[in-house]
Amino acid sequence: MSGVETPVASTTSGHSRRTFIKGVVATGAAVSSSNYLFRASEGLSASERVRSTLPQLVTLSVNGQSRSVDILPQETLAMTLRYKLGLTGTKLGCDRAECGACTVIIDGVTHYSCSVLTKTVRDRAITTIEGLESPDGTLHPVQQAVVDEGGFQCAFCAPGFIMSMVALTNDHSNPTREEAAQALSGNLCRCGDYNKILNSAMRAAEYARRTV
Amino acid sequence: MAVIRDMIPSFQLFQPTSVDEAIDVLDRRDNTWVLAGGLDSIDWFKDRIKRPDAVVELTGIAELKGIHMSGDALWIGAATTLHEVATNENVRTKFGLLAQAAEDVATPQIRNQGTLGGNLIQDTRCWYYRGGWPCYRAGGNICYAGTPRSMNREHCVTGSSRCVAVNGSDTATALIALGAQMVVRSSSGERTYDAEEFFIGPAIDIERMTVLEPGDILTHVRIPGDWGGARFYWEKARDRKSWDWALVSVAASIFESDGVIQRARISVNGVAPYPLRLTEVEDLIQGMPADDDTGIAAGELATRGFRPLRHNDFKVPLTRSLVRRAVRGDAV
Repeated sequence: MSGVETPVASTTSGHSRRTFIKGVVATGAAVSSSNYLFRASEGLSASERVRSTLPQLVTLSVNGQSRSVDILPQETLAMTLRYKLGLTGTKLGCDRAECGACTVIIDGVTHYSCSVLTKTVRDRAITTIEGLESPDGTLHPVQQAVVDEGGFQCAFCAPGFIMSMVALTNDHSNPTREEAAQALSGNLCRCGDYNKILNSAMRAAEYARRTV
Repeated sequence: MAVIRDMIPSFQLFQPTSVDEAIDVLDRRDNTWVLAGGLDSIDWFKDRIKRPDAVVELTGIAELKGIHMSGDALWIGAATTLHEVATNENVRTKFGLLAQAAEDVATPQIRNQGTLGGNLIQDTRCWYYRGGWPCYRAGGNICYAGTPRSMNREHCVTGSSRCVAVNGSDTATALIALGAQMVVRSSSGERTYDAEEFFIGPAIDIERMTVLEPGDILTHVRIPGDWGGARFYWEKARDRKSWDWALVSVAASIFESDGVIQRARISVNGVAPYPLRLTEVEDLIQGMPADDDTGIAAGELATRGFRPLRHNDFKVPLTRSLVRRAVRGDAV
């Protein structure tokens, strides 16, 4: 838990300021959270307490790769992705299944990763924002559409919105604006940029049709 | 500003593959918690208001999932996601009322993960209770929402007993109007409840929303064929178009012939600590035409005896209007 692996889809090599900062943040979070993570439960026998608080090595399928990682029973997927796998593209906004910043795709449908226990998704295919672009660096049609439309202001919510747009374009090849709004209704943007986000979604659907 | 308490205290996680196995864990352990979709549970854990020692996770149990017809009745596993319920062909064509209600729950992400059972047995949204205040429902001896100066716009207008919180389930309203039954299993066997009896008020037990006791698991919902293909009405009045719980929701199943209502089932939620079945209204409108006059009479009867709190008197005319529209069968 001391080091942070390089994000799978990262195109930069070597150390950048950004990856350095991410490493510092992740290490700090791991240290400051360990008191909480390893706090023993009352009412358990000593041996049970040890067993229940020990991390367990599991293999997750993330962005088409098998990733082995030590996880705790109470650990959420957002925590695992961000602080153990270095996939910090998935954001934590509210951490209460309310804002959608942590949206990832699990077996083809969107989930709030802040409210999924990592242990429950061991056999399932997880896709995060890092897994969208092709290995050769070509952006996913949805990402390209967002770039072309300039769809976000501060863009903290963008990874979550983009995952919801990917789910939308997978399900509907030709959504109406109303259907797009419905599909994105589980994501919040505090900049209030919804109109341009919807423009992006409509353009994303158009690009996705062209690609197929 | 709230203290950041996002780290979940440790617990033992059990992931059984059968209901019997799950019940066995619940019986052997103290301070257990049953987890399905987890969208509410995990918030409770992060806020450290509920702190179980052992969590039993149900989504790996195949017998709790899926939707199938048996004769003309529809069986839905309690761990079936709301998205599956809302999009299932049999639900849509025969019991469209439930599909509409499930579609109106929260957000796409929550419907993808949240289960029908979880939506039904969800705890109340009273923010005093949710905020960890030691109220009656939390085992204390006061209600913070019922005083003249409380913030109680979303609270109940009838059926309260010390606690004035409401039931927040949308699918509960629909299932009562469909005459559904809940199947519950524990180590002492299987019990079946009519939907309107499954939900209990604070007068019966102030710390529970349903008949479920520790060691019980809601396994299935059975919708009999009785109301299949009826004229359905569903409407959910809420502040925001997505995410929000109902201020008031109404569900109705009505059969008409010869210009009059032959039989009807109507329920509302958001007005009492449990979803209300309006049996008096059902009796009143039987044999009457489904027109505006009948709707007005039904709305009046439905809200008779309602006693609003300081900030929620709007729920009385709102309920009246929703019942009126349900009886008329307005296009929503």
